Formats: sequence, C-alpha cells, structure tokens
Amino acid sequence: MALSKHAHIVTAYGEELDKLADELARMGGLVEMQLDAAVAAVVRRDASVIAEVRQREVQVNAMQVDIEKRVIRLFALRQPLATDLRMTISSLKIASDLERVGDLAKNIAYRSKGLIDFAPLAVLNSVERLGIIVGKQLHEVLDALSSFDVEPAIRVWRNDDEVDEHYNALIREMLLSMSEDPGLVGPGAHILFVAKNLERIGDHATNIAEALHYMVTAEPLDTSDHGPL
Amino acid sequence: MFDAKIQPTVYHKNSLGSSPVKVEVRDVSVSYGDKQALFNVSLDIPDKSVTAFIGPSGCGKSTFLRCMNRMNDTIDGAKVSGSLKIDGAEINDRAVDPVVLRASVGMVFQKPNPFPKSIYDNVAYGPRIHGLAASRAELDEVVEQSLRKAGLWAEVSDRLQDPGTGLSGGQQQRLVIARAIAVNPEVILMDEPCSALDPIATAKIEELIDELRENYCIIIVTHSMQQAARVSQMTAFFHMGSLIEVGPTEEIFTNPLEPRTQDYITGRFG
Repeated sequence: MALSKHAHIVTAYGEELDKLADELARMGGLVEMQLDAAVAAVVRRDASVIAEVRQREVQVNAMQVDIEKRVIRLFALRQPLATDLRMTISSLKIASDLERVGDLAKNIAYRSKGLIDFAPLAVLNSVERLGIIVGKQLHEVLDALSSFDVEPAIRVWRNDDEVDEHYNALIREMLLSMSEDPGLVGPGAHILFVAKNLERIGDHATNIAEALHYMVTAEPLDTSDHGPL
Repeated sequence: MFDAKIQPTVYHKNSLGSSPVKVEVRDVSVSYGDKQALFNVSLDIPDKSVTAFIGPSGCGKSTFLRCMNRMNDTIDGAKVSGSLKIDGAEINDRAVDPVVLRASVGMVFQKPNPFPKSIYDNVAYGPRIHGLAASRAELDEVVEQSLRKAGLWAEVSDRLQDPGTGLSGGQQQRLVIARAIAVNPEVILMDEPCSALDPIATAKIEELIDELRENYCIIIVTHSMQQAARVSQMTAFFHMGSLIEVGPTEEIFTNPLEPRTQDYITGRFG
C-alpha cells in the first residue's frame, strides 16, 4: 500500500498485499524478540528462556509457511505486476531470511546451556556488544521495511562492516584466551559458535536490506559500492 | 528520444533491443471532427519484434494502430497529422495507394473475419488481386506456405475447399493471419486478436505471434496485461490520447517509471 499512493480497484487484492506486509512485520517482531532473548541467555548464562525460545521458534516457522502460501496465492490468483510484483517476491525472500535468523537465534539460546557449568568469561562483554550491534542492524532494517524507506536500509547494508570488525575481534580474543588457557576450550567453542551465528544474522539483515532496496527501487544494491563482503 | 507537445512521453533506454527501426512515428495526432483522439505521438517501432500497445478503453491505442495502415482514411471527419514512416517511406504521402499499403501492413481484428469463401480462397484472395502468383501451382504453394506459417496447415490441408467460416474461432483467427501473411506484409497489426478466443486458442495464437516475429514487425493492441507481457518485447502505454511511456516489456511490467503506468498495470485508481 505504502509503495503506491493509490488504492487497488479490486479491494480484496489490496487487502491481501497489506496483509502480507503486516504478517512480515509481525514475523520480524517475533524474530527480534528471539534474538534479544538468545543474546541475553548467553550473556547471563541463563538457560531458562530456552523453552520460550523454542515455542516462539515454532511460531516463526509457521509464519514463514503462511507467508509462502500468501505469496503463492497472490501469484496464482492476482498475477501481481510492477511494485506489487516486487513487493510479493521480496516478501518471500525476506520471510526466508527471517526464518533463518530465528533458527540462528534459537541455536544461540541453546548455547547458554553449555556455558552454565563454566565460570563467566570476560569475552561475554564482547558477545553482548556484538549482539547489540547485530540487534540494532536487524531492528533498523525491519523499521525501514515497515516504512518502505530505502535510506536506512542502505545504512544497514553499509554497517555490516562494523559487525564483521567486532566479530573478527571477538574471535581473535577468544582464540587467544583458549591458546593461553586450554581450560577455556570448552566454553570457548560455544562462544565461537555464538559469535558465528550473530555474524550470520548480520548477513541476513543485509539480505533484507537488499530485498527492500529492490522492492522500492527495482534496482539491486550496487555491489561495487562500499558494502558487505 | 523526443518530446511530445501535450504530454511528455517517458522513453526507457534500449527499448528497441538489438532490432532496427521499422516504423518511425513523429508527432502524429488524430482528430475525429472537433474531437482530438491522439496527441503528438512519437515512437520508434522495432522490426522483427512484437510491440504491445496497452491502455484503458478510449486511450487512443486502436486509433494509433489504425494510422499504421491508413484505416482512419475510411472514417468521415478523421484528420491525421504528423509523420509515419515505414522503412523510411512516408505512408501519409498522397502518392501512396492505401490498398497497396494495406498489403504490406496487414491487420487482424478482434473478431475473426474470414471471407464467406473457402479456406483456400480466403488465403488466395490477396495474392490473386495483387498478382503475386503466376500460375495455379504457384498459388497453391503460397496458400500452403501461408497456412503452414499460420500453424493451420495440418488442421485444414484435407479440407481446403470447406468454407472458412466453418472453422472454430481460433482456427478462423489463424486463417485470417494466413490471409495477411499471403501477401508478404512488412508489418502485421493485431487489434485484440485473442479477446474472443478461449485460453487454448489464445495460447496457439500467442505461439504463432512468437514464431512470426522472426520475420515481421508485429504490433498488438491488447487489454490483457498478461498477454502483453507474454508476447511482446516492447510495450507502449497510452492514456487519454497520449503516449505516456515506452520501454522494454520486462521493465514496463517490473519497474514502470510513470505513476500513471504503474497505477494502470497494477489495477489501481489513478
């Protein structure tokens, strides 16, 4: 709807597109909650949220299936064109990215269980920082999606470098600690996976930025421009 | 490319693809009495390619199509101005015989209109009056080749003397296309050629259009956006007598630049 100033002549068609955008926004909100809960679980070494995360994961997966069905239905029954076509196809891609973010967040939350038996690590501060940066990336791109605003999406896409820098620093810090103290290899392995999953979530945020850019402008984000590798 | 005086047309880059220009239109306007139906249309139409004209009823697309073979000459009070060249030759020149022009610019209408004659005579009619066949054997050959090109030969070869009007709607439309092809046209105009046909007959005509574009410049007026998307390489959108936007079909249907085009093809109130 917001992609065009005018309403559809066939009201039901316009409503189906609006509903698709709403569902995507709801799925985004749920996935953001998953990420926040997962990072908090790891940083606090608190596995109590796992049941809740698992429950929401089922919801996230169901929402992806629902969005896929809506997209298939739109293609089959409405044959969307122009902005409607770009919105429909981009929604499919974004839902797939969000589902992956949900999966990765769930994996991160599960790692909290492995960390309970160990003393708290100094590196958890870096994990928290990376979690905050990635969470901000995801939040901003989902905000941009809800307003079909391409400028913040481009910013998110460019900011992926910051995610990578923090991720690399965290990995270096953890590997150094593990080489100095072999007793840290156990918890360290968990931290390495958490870091990798967070970095992947950052990549999915940039994927969403790319899909949103195409949705609004019909152009891919210029990969020759300064951006994620 | 150029600026229309009334409504500036948006021209996409590379609208012609790799095809040379077949029809060059500059500043064409059409009036019926006091009413102006078409305003300063300028457009290059590629050869060996399908160009679709889309737009709401009364937007001027059929009026414009009729300029291509001077069909507007037959309407009282119709006045056509501007330049329309096919292969560089001005068709509105007084020296041009509209009958000869209409052999090189064939037309297929919304409703199939075979002559009340045999299938054979429908196709042979044009070559006969234009003297394109020197003997009966040659005429037989032209008829067969035209029916083959129109994808109808296999269905009618054993009943060429049956009346053309006895064929199904889709077959009649292909017979009319064979009749147009028989006089070696340069350009084939199609005015909603599938609107009276079922989906299977429509698919056969669309397949035929796709084959014919290897040899002809085809211009199709259609109300079906999906049909324009399926068969054409270039699409032109008309609105209230003006040419609003022209571009490669893929771009028009994924990323139209004009809000009016966008509203029309997505089915929105403009």
